[in-house]
Amino acid sequence: MDSIFPSLAYLLIFPGFLFLAVYGLFLQWVDRKLCAVMQNRMGPPWFQGYADFIKLLAKEVIVPDEASGTMFRVLPFFAMAAVMTALVSIPVWGHALYSFQGDMVAVIYLLTIPTVTFFLAGWSSSSPYATVGSMRVLTQLFAYEVPLMLSLIGPAILAGTWNITEISAFFAANPSLIPAQILGFAAALIALQGKLERMPFDIPHAKNEIVGGQFTEYSGRLFGFFCLAVDMELVVGAALLNAVFLGGALGFHGAAGVAMFLGKTLFITFLLALLKVLMARIRIEQMINFCWKYLAPVAMAQVIFDIFLKARLG
Amino acid sequence: MKIPARVFSEVIKHLFKKPATSSYPFTPAKPAAQFRGRIDFDSSKCIGCQMCVRVCPAKAIEIPLSKEQPPAPVQVEGQPIVPAKKKFDCIMRLGSCVYCWQCAETCPKKALITTQDFELASVNRKELTRHYK
Amino acid sequence: MSKITIPFGPQHPALKEPENFMLVLEGEQITSAGINLGYNHRGMEKAAEERTYLQDLYLIERVCGICSHSHTTCYITNVEELAKCETPKRALAIRTLIGELERVHSHLLWLGVAGYEMGFETLFMYTWRDREQVLDCLELLSGNRVHYSINTIGGVRRDITAEQKTEVKKRINYLMERTNYYIKLATEEPTVLARTQKVGKLPLDVAIERGAVGPTARASGLARDVRKDEPYLIYNELDFKVITHNTCDVFGRLVVRALELVESYKMIHQVIDNLPEGPIAVKVPMKIAPGEAVNHYEAPRGEDIHYLKSNGTDKPERLKVRAPTLANLQSVAYMMEGGWLADVPLVIAAIDPCMSCTDRAAVWDAKKGKTEVYSWEEMRKMGIEHYKRRGVDFSKL
Repeated sequence: MDSIFPSLAYLLIFPGFLFLAVYGLFLQWVDRKLCAVMQNRMGPPWFQGYADFIKLLAKEVIVPDEASGTMFRVLPFFAMAAVMTALVSIPVWGHALYSFQGDMVAVIYLLTIPTVTFFLAGWSSSSPYATVGSMRVLTQLFAYEVPLMLSLIGPAILAGTWNITEISAFFAANPSLIPAQILGFAAALIALQGKLERMPFDIPHAKNEIVGGQFTEYSGRLFGFFCLAVDMELVVGAALLNAVFLGGALGFHGAAGVAMFLGKTLFITFLLALLKVLMARIRIEQMINFCWKYLAPVAMAQVIFDIFLKARLG
Repeated sequence: MKIPARVFSEVIKHLFKKPATSSYPFTPAKPAAQFRGRIDFDSSKCIGCQMCVRVCPAKAIEIPLSKEQPPAPVQVEGQPIVPAKKKFDCIMRLGSCVYCWQCAETCPKKALITTQDFELASVNRKELTRHYK
Repeated sequence: MSKITIPFGPQHPALKEPENFMLVLEGEQITSAGINLGYNHRGMEKAAEERTYLQDLYLIERVCGICSHSHTTCYITNVEELAKCETPKRALAIRTLIGELERVHSHLLWLGVAGYEMGFETLFMYTWRDREQVLDCLELLSGNRVHYSINTIGGVRRDITAEQKTEVKKRINYLMERTNYYIKLATEEPTVLARTQKVGKLPLDVAIERGAVGPTARASGLARDVRKDEPYLIYNELDFKVITHNTCDVFGRLVVRALELVESYKMIHQVIDNLPEGPIAVKVPMKIAPGEAVNHYEAPRGEDIHYLKSNGTDKPERLKVRAPTLANLQSVAYMMEGGWLADVPLVIAAIDPCMSCTDRAAVWDAKKGKTEVYSWEEMRKMGIEHYKRRGVDFSKL
């Protein structure tokens, strides 16, 4: 960080805002196309995500009379900002813009903020569907947050650091340890699916039950930015899993590192898309049961395994 | 716990299959030969019996007299005067038509012709009323 | 926790047709549910009185999009009974064939909708893709995919050729294979079981008390099927089982429908193999002898009842349709109470509701205390005035 300019470029262009937005919408298309192909459909053309976003930007924004106006308008940007800030500490091609000891906790914290804004968005729009949706957002948060956190602790213990860049470098140096993290990776993947509120965990905005859930009253530009924030969260989530479990860029730098990043996030998106088509949406109480009864113990087992592995390795 | 995701093998199989859907307006759809589509009209066969008008459940057909009537045939010497065959038009309201083909089946002279046309939607209301001459 | 009242419908993604359910929620659980009907009333019975028997055929077909053949067959049985017409055996067999193909198409559609309502979109996409096969069969045989228009007074309009027979059999064999896969999938997939088992309970005694019909009743262990109880068309010559299930929940309804699909495939093969020879229609005069007739028919959704009164002209005096959904709706409120909000779409979908079949009006003037009969013109005038008061002018239409 010698001068301001490269940092600014990092924040705004690559891999910051612009790249995140473009790649997020691209991953949204990849996800939709993969689901479509697996369901034997044609699926949307590649520009669908961009076209939808531009269309939403052009639409009128309607703020309900009952809603608390300022909060209602500010929340989508808040969600987006939190997601973008999280990327600052996640390594994209070997190094992150701003990495420090304990940045993993900060990233998890920053990734929780969008969920909280979803809750506030639903709550502040004060329509019955949105209220029920926002309550489900919070309930679901309590279900997946613990397994996600637990599963991320495993690699941190193994690498002996809370710095994501260092964890990623550790696995790049010891690639033989990556397969040992398979349980934790699976648990993190499922928890991430819950965090991104995708099927089978799209309970907060299950369209058959509560229409648009927490986003029912959102429209136009504000809704577009919420959608963009969700797509960015997909990229950041995939990048986080990539850095923590799969060794990030595996020691490559420059263009090869970026290619590594793109390839692995695409792979994680494929796994997430696979999860999406395989199951029926479950009820909120079944989700909590599942997360606490099965997912958290699996993540815990991985942590214990890693502690022993660490002791063995010395 | 039973293991979920029983569709797994089926889903993976479909990754390598051609999609079942088609990009319809770009790749044309072909209905079966028996498909009931738009009704066409042959004025030369129509005798104006109005049977079709009476059976139509949607009241979509009108058979008015044509504005221009063909001239009477030239009288042949020694024969009685043959009156001119009257010419009829057909006004078909495609917006009302339910495409049941009852009119075509009732028509004694087969003046109503059945087709397989189905792409009849229009943004212009006037185009939905076809005047066959 | 405070109670919230959530309007479920008339416009809601889970409902394909407008109908309103008022749900009182305590958290995620439903404490009470109310049903409001009438968003889809089209005045069909009144319109039928203004048309001839032949024209009514096409009108009645449009009572419902999915069970169009059920309604016309039920109606036409009434007309033929009044006209004392001897319908040829071959025509009855073809009607049975189309009726069973329709059941296949309706149940496959339902399976997809159930998958969609429980958030299992892959099941939805696969079943609807396979449903195209049966729709193609119907298009091949009748000329249309949804409103088959194969019935006519005194018989059917189209004959079946040998090539059509082999084509239909080929497609049905494919569907048989797929259906067996779906049965295996739906009864083994834990997430499907989690969403359907012990959901929307309807015990046998309640099912009887509330007059449930069709698969809804059969899933509560009530062996009620018009095809067996009072065989019409050629069902007395066919070999089939009445499928019942005793779990009384949405899972039971799913199993009943899936196994009925298999029975229907068997019946389709039987009808095609033993298609009687002979004419496909007889001529029936336009004017129907005066009298009254009532008939019932096992539509895919349950028992469909038609009442017809003739006054000796070419137009009916009165026509009354009792669609199966109306009978089943009484049970829906019971099934929803005490359940989860997440299960509401599935419980509603489990009776395979067809609101456009169901909505008809009875005019009861509370002030005068008597029922009134409106003519078609009066109804039209009232409708135009009603919308004028709301600021829409339809008088030019």
